[in-house]
Amino acid sequence: MQDSVGPTNAEMSDPGISRQVVLPLRKSVEIAYNSIRVRFFRSLITTMSLVLAVSFLSFVNVSTDVANGLLATGDPELRQALVRAGYDLKPEDRRADSSPKQRWIVLLSLLVCAVGIVNAQLMAVTERFREIGTMKCLGALDRFVLRLFLLEAGMQGLVGAAAGAVGGAFFALMNGVFFFGRQAVVLVPVGDLLMSLSTATAAGCLLSLIGVSYPAWVAARMQPVEAMRVEQ
Amino acid sequence: MTTTKNIVRVTNVTKTFQLGKIAVHALKGVDLEIPTGQYVSIMGPSGSGKSTLFNMIGGLDKPTSGKVYIDEVDVSQLDAYELAWLRCRKIGYIFQTFNIIQVMTALENVTLPMTFAGMHNDEAIEKGMDLLDLVGLGDRFQHKPFELSGGQQQRVAIARALANDPAIILADEPTGNLDLNTGEEIISLLQNLSHERNVTVISATHDIKMLNVSDLVVWIRDGRIDKTESRDELTISIGRIDARSA
Ligand SMILES: Nc1ncnc2c1ncn2[C@@H]1O[C@H](COP(=O)(O)OP(=O)(O)OP(=O)(O)O)[C@@H](O)[C@H]1O
Ligand SMILES: [Mg+2]
Repeated sequence: MQDSVGPTNAEMSDPGISRQVVLPLRKSVEIAYNSIRVRFFRSLITTMSLVLAVSFLSFVNVSTDVANGLLATGDPELRQALVRAGYDLKPEDRRADSSPKQRWIVLLSLLVCAVGIVNAQLMAVTERFREIGTMKCLGALDRFVLRLFLLEAGMQGLVGAAAGAVGGAFFALMNGVFFFGRQAVVLVPVGDLLMSLSTATAAGCLLSLIGVSYPAWVAARMQPVEAMRVEQ
Repeated sequence: MTTTKNIVRVTNVTKTFQLGKIAVHALKGVDLEIPTGQYVSIMGPSGSGKSTLFNMIGGLDKPTSGKVYIDEVDVSQLDAYELAWLRCRKIGYIFQTFNIIQVMTALENVTLPMTFAGMHNDEAIEKGMDLLDLVGLGDRFQHKPFELSGGQQQRVAIARALANDPAIILADEPTGNLDLNTGEEIISLLQNLSHERNVTVISATHDIKMLNVSDLVVWIRDGRIDKTESRDELTISIGRIDARSA
């Protein structure tokens, strides 16, 4: 115990020893995960708009997959059923596609969702000024803070987007069964379905990361004194 | 320690805050030398610049002019990495508002600086438990901050400040949010640490109780150092204060 000052003094004056601070990735993941777990309700709210937007995207894409599955049979009756259900099929069309209007709405919903995420994350960062300041006083670098926020958003994004994608696909399939009977599910091309699911999940993750990047940058650049001055 | 040297040296430091058109001169030229291993109290009325001086010494803020040397290293010359290293390894901070990270347990709070310092996880946990034992919270390691009283949180903060065996502990009104008894316990804990581990403790305070344990008292007033008194000169002043408050 007595020599506790000795080694540190030696290190300070010895240029041979690198003055490094580190935060191993495994530890970052652990901290980020715990942070989400402890603030579960808060994280849920942040992720909710993402889940909804992604499930809508997934719903639209999987509905198209269902229609394509039905079209691929070449059965004119199913083709008629599709037209009655609102698909705009010209006689020569071999594949159905989502309408431009649908694509617009999906795009808008994703945009609204991104704005929602930025907003929620800015709030979350403000709530955590003191925590960030404390970490910096303990020796955290800007990029540790940045990494923690990105990891948190990445995990939230992955779980939220996956849930949204599966949920949206489920409703699209149910919808198919409702209009066209069981064959809607049986005929759906599995490859396309998986593709739609992964596209929606990836889009959600990306959105979550884009949404958090500005708030995380603000948090990371904060000076410890400023962070500690806020009353909380 | 064979040679007594100054762990902290502050030369002609000024700090001006620009609030719109108004300039607030928080520090107006401070010179200060703090010898290694001493328990130093910085006393002064509210708004006299104690916290501002603290932030300069702790490398949390840069002076407008003048220099701060920690262990003869000019703090203003350090880059972001070296500054983080300094905060991590050389200095332990204790705040009036405890500033325990709310989402982490007591043990996780104590081991975080060790993680930053690159210590292996198991080793960090072992040392963290020892430190919590040292501050008398060995059995509360799994508790979250909101399950601990103010005094207990401050103990966690002290354990955390000691995590990387710092040369300096900076405490800004560590007893400001605590009741009389708890405050006394915290003060004697800090004093013991200072003596047993040869850590320099620098503490800002309004708390007259702090005077009894201090090796050196720095009186600061309106951004300037009023006077510095060592322990032997102090008894006279305390007598005066007691007489005044009686
Ligand atoms: N970030 C800032 N911006 C503007 N003015 C500041 C800032 N920080 C401190 N000041 C001013 O500097 C002066 C000294 O403040 P400081 O916080 O150092 O006082 P203090 O001695 O710690 O007081 P207390 O005992 O109340 O904590 C005050 O007049 C304060 O208003
Ligand atoms: Mg203060």
